[in-house]
Amino acid sequence: MSDRRPATPGFVGKRRSEHAALPPGQYLTTDFPVLSAGPTPPIPLDKWAFSLVTETGAAKEWSWSQFRALPSEPIVTDIHCVTRWSKLGTHWEGVSLDTLLAGVETSAGFAMAHSYAGYTTNVPLADLCGGKAWIAFRFDEKDLEPEHGGPARLLVPHLYFWKSAKWVRGLTLMGEDEPGFWEQNGYHMYGDPWKEQRYTGE
Amino acid sequence: MERTAIHRRVEWRTATVVERRKETDSASTLELHVAGWPGHDAGQHVDVRLTAADGYTAVRTYSIASAPDGDNLELTIELLPDGEVSPYLVESVAPGSPVDVLGPIGGWFVWHPEQTEPIQLIAGGSGIVPLMCMLRTRAQHNVTAPFHLLYSVRGPESIYYADELARLAAADFGAAITFAYTRTAPPNWPAKPQRVRAELIATAALPASQHPTAYVCGPTAFVEVVAGMLTQAGYDASRIKTERFGPTGK
Repeated sequence: MSDRRPATPGFVGKRRSEHAALPPGQYLTTDFPVLSAGPTPPIPLDKWAFSLVTETGAAKEWSWSQFRALPSEPIVTDIHCVTRWSKLGTHWEGVSLDTLLAGVETSAGFAMAHSYAGYTTNVPLADLCGGKAWIAFRFDEKDLEPEHGGPARLLVPHLYFWKSAKWVRGLTLMGEDEPGFWEQNGYHMYGDPWKEQRYTGE
Repeated sequence: MERTAIHRRVEWRTATVVERRKETDSASTLELHVAGWPGHDAGQHVDVRLTAADGYTAVRTYSIASAPDGDNLELTIELLPDGEVSPYLVESVAPGSPVDVLGPIGGWFVWHPEQTEPIQLIAGGSGIVPLMCMLRTRAQHNVTAPFHLLYSVRGPESIYYADELARLAAADFGAAITFAYTRTAPPNWPAKPQRVRAELIATAALPASQHPTAYVCGPTAFVEVVAGMLTQAGYDASRIKTERFGPTGK
């Protein structure tokens, strides 16, 4: 950003975005907007599965009942959408990626999250470990609604929210970083809200 | 999810407001001059940044309404009650004012003139804006592949670009346009005002047998319902592209 920008005459603004928890360029919403590239896919729980495939092809898979038998935890976190809304203090319940990755042998640096409906997004593996990411299945003490990614979505709240893939069905671990769906369509490879890493090349 | 494009770096550019004209009681079209504008694909959007005298800034995202036209760009902006940016842009901004523009952004909800398949556009309210860019770009390139537009509006007074849509429908290889009125229908309209329903999709939208690509844009609830109805009507889910905006009511 340049230091001196011409002011737009007469624009004052409401200054309601000045909040310590808000990354730059974000404004607060109490709403929960929905953004998706296509229709909400129907996912019967008896057909749902979550798979984890390492860079050597070793695979683990959990059915819904196996997944729900794993220890889960409540998460209270802020979320930040690249379209500039932020929602503070959201309540979730999910299974930590640390739980799912326990005992997985890998030297991969990156993961590609895959969704029902074909969506993908790339995240460094380090950003999924250490209590930073979950597979979330409840929001506001209710089952996660389909339009918000239910039955389960990835939750990586320290990155812009497109990285928190809705309708997640698995992770593949990768030695090299590769762009996922929105990343191929002009969005940033990493997506740190505090650095405003919104678009390709920013 | 077939298309992988190479994306040029986006950067902020200072634009100048050339004209602000009323589109409806609650929307205005802004014509901007953006020196060095690199052009855009139909369906893309821009971020607009306003700066107050003391340096405070606010940024919002708006779809591009105009077909590529050199350094000029049109946005149609809907007034959001209690909005921070839209009231200023819809009702106040004067010609000659500088605003900053970042873009074009987005490589998914776009239509390219070399696409040859039939296209079904479905707009809810101000969701017409990126779809209008597609209709205008189609006309600019003399594309003859079928285009159907289903445009859901509260009433006749809510229609954006009414005269131009009529011209686009009447042209050779014109787009087929169906209006759906949700609150107030014009006199002698054959149907009662109602929300878009599966029966209307069945009669007004291209049949799935033609393998159309659908672009659906509007408020979240509208897009959610319409995308579901298209899937039910046999549309291939991977050929239904959606863009949702505005308050969700959730």
